[in-house]
Amino acid sequence: MGKLFAFLGGQLAAFFIQVFQMFCYGVRCVTEMRHLYLYRHQIIEQCYAVGVSSLPLVCLISAFSGMAIAIQTAYQMEEYVPDYMVGALMVRSVILVLSPILLGLVLSGRVGAGVASELGTMKVSEQVDALASMAVDPVGYLMLPRMLAGAIMVPILVIYSFLVAIICGFAMSMIKMAITPTELVKGMKLYFEVYDVFVGLVKSVVYGGLLTFMGSYKGLCTAGGAQGVGRAATAAVVISSALVLILDYFLTHALLY
Amino acid sequence: MATETAIEFVEVFKSFDAQSVLKGLDLRIPWSEITTILGPSGCGKSVTLKHVIGIERADVGKVVVAGYDMARIRHGELIELRKRIGVLFQSSALFDSMTVKENVAFGLRMHTRMSEEEIAERVHVCLDAVRLAGTEAKMPVELSGGMRKRAALARAIAMEPDFILYDEPTTGLDPNTSSVVGDYILKLQSELNVTSVVVTHDMPLARRVSDRVALLYDGKAVVQGAMEDVEAANNEVFELFVQGRLG
Ligand SMILES: Nc1ncnc2c1ncn2[C@@H]1O[C@H](COP(=O)(O)OP(=O)(O)OP(=O)(O)O)[C@@H](O)[C@H]1O
Ligand SMILES: [Mg+2]
Repeated sequence: MGKLFAFLGGQLAAFFIQVFQMFCYGVRCVTEMRHLYLYRHQIIEQCYAVGVSSLPLVCLISAFSGMAIAIQTAYQMEEYVPDYMVGALMVRSVILVLSPILLGLVLSGRVGAGVASELGTMKVSEQVDALASMAVDPVGYLMLPRMLAGAIMVPILVIYSFLVAIICGFAMSMIKMAITPTELVKGMKLYFEVYDVFVGLVKSVVYGGLLTFMGSYKGLCTAGGAQGVGRAATAAVVISSALVLILDYFLTHALLY
Repeated sequence: MATETAIEFVEVFKSFDAQSVLKGLDLRIPWSEITTILGPSGCGKSVTLKHVIGIERADVGKVVVAGYDMARIRHGELIELRKRIGVLFQSSALFDSMTVKENVAFGLRMHTRMSEEEIAERVHVCLDAVRLAGTEAKMPVELSGGMRKRAALARAIAMEPDFILYDEPTTGLDPNTSSVVGDYILKLQSELNVTSVVVTHDMPLARRVSDRVALLYDGKAVVQGAMEDVEAANNEVFELFVQGRLG
């Protein structure tokens, strides 16, 4: 029993140490923003890496999720609401929930793991030390550009995702469920809220910054060779996916009530 | 600059988890000389160098570099100090996402306002000095281990630092290239008056370049002083090390 408590205590302490460490990295990131100009090339490069390279994947998953949600909405609502409501409901759920969460999760895997293993490899091969020895702050040079790229590019990807999902969803509704375009547009016009788009974008800024931050943090804290790099990548994906879902609750609560 | 010694370790202790590596290290490295640090593998030579650039911090004791106490140095001062130090890492640590040219140019791009031509010129000079001219466009993975080491040396000297820390500069090089590197270490020291610290196992290199030597063993400097004095002192550990029987 004593052992169990000691173990749990140890785990708890390790957890708080990690949270504190993350906080310190976050603070360093913010203070490094003073030198934004110095890191401009990195920022642009990372925006490209995060944004452009994820676009095909984002389009693909958004298209299929849009179609799925169209069918599901029609199925759930068939008996109770007129056809034009399907359009309205679908659009709102895509914008408020589906696209931000979907991209948060998928990009945690695609971008977060990539960042963690890239920086982890740099760390174990002493490249991070070399950077520091050349009077360049690794947090500013490596972490900050990635975080900014996430916070800037993920919302843009989310807008793409909105469009693709909605277009595909509408197409599905028309082809499969014989809902006319006029009905869909009518519903959308009646119930569409610009505020929803704002909420969706705020969420995606947070998730984008979060998943690149986690990836960079885990990468920069890597220890112990190739295995360590693997662990860092896994941890980055698991933690940021979980945080996306948890934060989604809090953001939804804060922004919609 | 007013300090008598360039780099000084006073009673430095450092441990990683349960393993203590430095156990009261005292080390004096004077200005404008070449100091060689010898010692068996795993005795903490690389760790010692990392203390000099503030990548590792001493648990106990004092590390003073160019008059700055590394435990108290402010962030801005540390950055300025690091600009004056060139480091050749044992593992080379070239940035593998950049070409050789970009690696060597890295410090110049980040810290100076040199034009593209000036940078290209400087990179060429540095690469030429380590006999790597013509490899500018190659990626580090395309180089052999010895070539990587030399490219990293070119990167370390590109900023014309006041201090150069060499971690095993000749490991993995053939005797010819080794002697080129040895010549170059001497040349930098005589022409630019840099303060050099050379970590090595290579006794011929040590004899050739050192003004001073220090032998690290069991977390301490067991002997240090001018090369001749140390060789004449008949220190037991030093003798064993030179004969390759220190285990
Ligand atoms: N980051 C670290 N974490 C844990 N242990 C470390 C770390 N860095 C070094 N050590 C330990 O410190 C000891 C000294 O390492 P160091 O790299 O300084 O040896 P060295 O004298 O340079 O040896 P070599 O000649 O083989 O390069 C080693 O036993 C190593 O296990
Ligand atoms: Mg070493």
